[in-house]
Amino acid sequence: MARYAMAIDTKRCVGCTDCVVACQTENNVPVGYCRDWIVEETTGTYPELHMEIRSERCNHCEDAPCVRSCPTSASHYADGGIVLVDHDECIGCKACITSCPYDARFVHPEGYVDKCTFCIHRVKEGKDPACVSVCPTHAMIFGDLEDENSEISEALKTRKHKTLIPEAGTVPHVYYLL
Amino acid sequence: MKEIEITSGRMNPGIDPVLHAWGWEIPVYLFIGGLVAGILFFSALFFLRGKTEQYPTTVKRAPLLTPIFLAIGLFALFLDLTHKLYFWRLYTTIRLESPMSWGAWTLLIIFPLSVIWSATWFKEIFPEWNWKWSFLNRLDDWFTAYRKVLAWSLIFLSIILGMYTGILLSAFNARPFWNTSILGPLFLVSGLSTGAAAIMLMSKNKAERQIMSKIDISLIGIEIFLIIHLFMGFLASIEVHVQAAELFLGGPYTAVFWTFVFTLGLVVPLIAELLEWRGYHIPVKVPAFLVLIGGLVLRFIVVDAGQTSRWLYKFMQ
Amino acid sequence: MSQQLKRREFIKISGAGVGGMMAGSGLLQAVDFSNPQTDSEELIERKGTERTATYCEMCFWKCAGWVYKKDGKPWKIVGHAEDPNSNGRFCPRGTGGIGAYTDKDRLKTPLIRVQKNGKQVFRKATWDEAFEYIARKMNIIKEEHGPDCIALFTHGSGGSYFKNLLRGFGSNNVAAPSYAQCRGPREEAYMLTYGEVVGSPERTDMQNSKCIVLLGSHLGENMHNGQVQEFVEAVAGGASVITVDPRFSTAASKSKYWLPIKPATDLALLLAWIHVIIYEELYDKEYVEQYTYGFEQLKASVKHNTPEWAYPITTIKPHLIRETAREMARYAPATLVHPGRHVTWYGDDTQRVRANAILNALLGSWGRRGGFYAPAKAKVKKPQIPDYPEFKRSWRDAFPGKYPLANLAISSGICDATIPTPERDCSFKGWIVYGTNLPLTLPQPEKTYEAIQNLDLLVAVDIMPSEITGWADVVLPECTYLERYDDLRISQGRVPTVALRAPAFKPKYDSKPAYWMDRELSKKLNLQHYFPHETMESYLNERLKSIGSSLEELQQIGVKRLDNLYSLYYLNGEDYTFATASGKIELYSTLLAEAGYDPIPKYKAHEEPPEGYYRLVYGRAPMHTFGRTINNPHLHDLKSENEVWINRKVAELWGIRDGEYIILENQDGKQSNRIKVKVTERIRHDTVYMVHGFGHTDKRMRRAYNKGADDNALISKVHVDPIMGGTGMRGNFVTFKREAA
Repeated sequence: MARYAMAIDTKRCVGCTDCVVACQTENNVPVGYCRDWIVEETTGTYPELHMEIRSERCNHCEDAPCVRSCPTSASHYADGGIVLVDHDECIGCKACITSCPYDARFVHPEGYVDKCTFCIHRVKEGKDPACVSVCPTHAMIFGDLEDENSEISEALKTRKHKTLIPEAGTVPHVYYLL
Repeated sequence: MKEIEITSGRMNPGIDPVLHAWGWEIPVYLFIGGLVAGILFFSALFFLRGKTEQYPTTVKRAPLLTPIFLAIGLFALFLDLTHKLYFWRLYTTIRLESPMSWGAWTLLIIFPLSVIWSATWFKEIFPEWNWKWSFLNRLDDWFTAYRKVLAWSLIFLSIILGMYTGILLSAFNARPFWNTSILGPLFLVSGLSTGAAAIMLMSKNKAERQIMSKIDISLIGIEIFLIIHLFMGFLASIEVHVQAAELFLGGPYTAVFWTFVFTLGLVVPLIAELLEWRGYHIPVKVPAFLVLIGGLVLRFIVVDAGQTSRWLYKFMQ
Repeated sequence: MSQQLKRREFIKISGAGVGGMMAGSGLLQAVDFSNPQTDSEELIERKGTERTATYCEMCFWKCAGWVYKKDGKPWKIVGHAEDPNSNGRFCPRGTGGIGAYTDKDRLKTPLIRVQKNGKQVFRKATWDEAFEYIARKMNIIKEEHGPDCIALFTHGSGGSYFKNLLRGFGSNNVAAPSYAQCRGPREEAYMLTYGEVVGSPERTDMQNSKCIVLLGSHLGENMHNGQVQEFVEAVAGGASVITVDPRFSTAASKSKYWLPIKPATDLALLLAWIHVIIYEELYDKEYVEQYTYGFEQLKASVKHNTPEWAYPITTIKPHLIRETAREMARYAPATLVHPGRHVTWYGDDTQRVRANAILNALLGSWGRRGGFYAPAKAKVKKPQIPDYPEFKRSWRDAFPGKYPLANLAISSGICDATIPTPERDCSFKGWIVYGTNLPLTLPQPEKTYEAIQNLDLLVAVDIMPSEITGWADVVLPECTYLERYDDLRISQGRVPTVALRAPAFKPKYDSKPAYWMDRELSKKLNLQHYFPHETMESYLNERLKSIGSSLEELQQIGVKRLDNLYSLYYLNGEDYTFATASGKIELYSTLLAEAGYDPIPKYKAHEEPPEGYYRLVYGRAPMHTFGRTINNPHLHDLKSENEVWINRKVAELWGIRDGEYIILENQDGKQSNRIKVKVTERIRHDTVYMVHGFGHTDKRMRRAYNKGADDNALISKVHVDPIMGGTGMRGNFVTFKREAA
């Protein structure tokens, strides 16, 4: 059984937003919406500054509050721990949206709730998600944590890393290499 | 000195710049849920205590409104759904982890129960009344015979309904302001209080109004205690909870909350009811009306403020 | 209709036949949901996908890629794995290129300016009418003033056909703003020093650099794809980066040293670095000995340029200047002092970039691994065309004795020479403007507007209704790069490559490829012998045959890599004669000395902002190419307006809050459109910054219209580089005004 995860190398990411556009075209995300986005976080005061650039998206949490709060099972865990929304079961109650500490979900103009799928359709074909596959600076790694020799397992073994708000207790599966 | 400056390329409507997943529909629905829970609770309680004739408005008349109210509340909830044609999916599964799910099921049971409960009082309220078909008359007789069972069920379900309106929100860890176990009891007590207020407004019986007023005094007292407790809890907690509390302690919700909910919705009615108890002549409609408005505003503010409070992306506000 | 229109009015909104009226408020809702996608597990079979080879036209980097269609509908564009410009990965603009095709605001039909009820409007025209009109006007100008009174401004692939047409017509006045408004000083400075230009894509060997010095280059924010990739590879590999920028740029955040220099003093820092490297004897002695000319003169010239001298000028502390100079020397020759790209800053830009070139020479990085490599370029013969007629006059005649070392036409100069003066016997009477939005491109837009008023003919060829089209007599709607063939992409790099652009879609509306336009126009002008190929297909096929390939092969493979016959690194002791007067790398420039300029760069102080004013610097955002992409539905989503960056303390002083809108006013009282404030620690207190390309004024671009501010409108003062005519644009100062209530 696989456990899919993603790692974003904050050293490599320049925040170009290519991941955002690639996701929009690959997944036909309507203009005006996005499943992934860029955050630039600067700390310090001039001229002692530090900046971390992150490409963010659904964290495909181990203990996903969206799946827990969904009244219809539309939000569910798919193979490899990928959290998905079944459009035909979603009633649009938005409980999952309010339950997500990462604000990763939104209401698609067609009414159902939408978010990152880790491009499961591509993953099934053995490809990387669209965002990972286009990243000009190779700042993203996608892979299986159960496979000890995968690039992502290797990266997490050798690099310092973090997840976003681990204290929310959701056990996120998008890692940030520092 | 350290400071954080964040820029983002995100643009999902309803999420950014601040979460706005739920508009007016949800607070209206929560308010009505609490109100109905209050009315049904007191109706069943006084029936069981054998006060049916002493307090007829409480036991017999007020419940007549509950199916209508519930229908309005459910309609508001329906309006909020963005994928409406699929709403029936709610009833193809039971998900105990999801308050939205068990709330939906509770409503599915309490709604017909409120209809039946009201129906059994029809003939007593309207002596001329006749269910046109005989099987309905027989059904009425049958339910009337089992009123005690109905009443116990109502007490049980109305407490669940009242609590649920708060737990629906407090289950969301992602929204620090909602994420407190006080919200369940607070909304339950507030619901009971609005129920009592509604009965006070309807009742023409002075003794009935007075007993409801006395009950209301203690409910308001508990509410004030819970609200203070709520903020104490937040302030003693982690950063995001402190920030959530600050929304009300100097932040954007300060004026509207402390004026409309706390002062006009709780303190003023409490004083009015206490004064009336002491014999001052104050029209009962005033505090009752204020309690109802206060309860409604409370839900609007809590729903809104909860969505404002978040773990990440505070820069977007 | 042939009446002369007295004064050109800017045609703002849809005239008689343009496009169709605005679709109310629905413009952002104009989304096609006809192909919804479910992401549940029983997912999408990859049915009916097909791909077409292209190279990108969203910027000048021209990455090669594939355009995908799904069920006959546009789907996505991805990079070509064999392409050295992108290495198979596009930037956001390339990925969002599909939006250029789907944008509903595109120009749809040819338009001709007419007078109607006392108002100038555009009327829809047929292509034949448009060509008739242009040919007639061109012939009148030819008869009355001579063919060389028509000039071409060009930026982009299709410009070459217009160039061919215009040269056949008898005018060689072809200018690209990429020269005098961008990288001209760099190319001339490197030409003067090494006898060769840097070129594009830059021949920098960053992927092998151990130390990279960036002077104002904001790599990562300017998303020159292959270059950013190499930069990040170097960073990830632990390269030491030194970034000199008044702003904490993305590149600065990846750097070991960030030197927040006082703007306009870069030359002082470069001279101080040169001083340290020479006087601490850190330079590559053998390299300098073997390949350079004028070292002793240089040494004498920079004797006084100590770090202590530079400190009060640059505000960079002496020990940091020394430390960074040593850092460069430590990794030399794998140290790259990046030559920059947009370098028209202060009017002494050729001299500043000369100092940059000299520093690289002292480090021995030119022609060495980790510095600059020898670029390879595929040789693919062009089909023969007849010789052009002799050109009688050129733009140069308008400026006797000026800009002696300019090797290319200066677009701002052509603009100046369009405004008649008593001294000049002839001014430009006709402009053809291809793919460049002059009002937002040339500094001093008022001058551009004045020049436009003196024209007898202004033809604008564009895809979008950009500002320049509002001033045109004839507007020719070009189809996007996704709907046409173009000439082969043959750009320099480590490997010689040839890339094909083939149409993935049929041209939308009544838009046409530039090649077709020029060929049709050539018939009207009796110049069709310059366009012997009826179609691009036959042209391309003939061209490709010369390298033993064919159009069919390129359609299959998209990119063809050829063998590089030369070595990338050629100055490791080998004999080499440079194409300079001395045959060496000229630290001391004989050409500059002859022309009467400083043969070795000398620092001269520039004007400083007056009290209450801040120096305006501008730059790029990764998801946009100047003003050209702002209306693209995907890219507009990512950045719909620009912000003015103001240092936090300065903002506090002015009582300006983050996110509020203000107006900028420059030293000449020119005001900007309203612009959002970004209060930040990431910029010096004496400088403000904004991204270029926003503040569009043409309502026909419904997304971009009126969003953000145009920095160009604030650039009313230009410091012209006397050596080559580049327009220094960073000598403008702004203050803050509240919006009128």
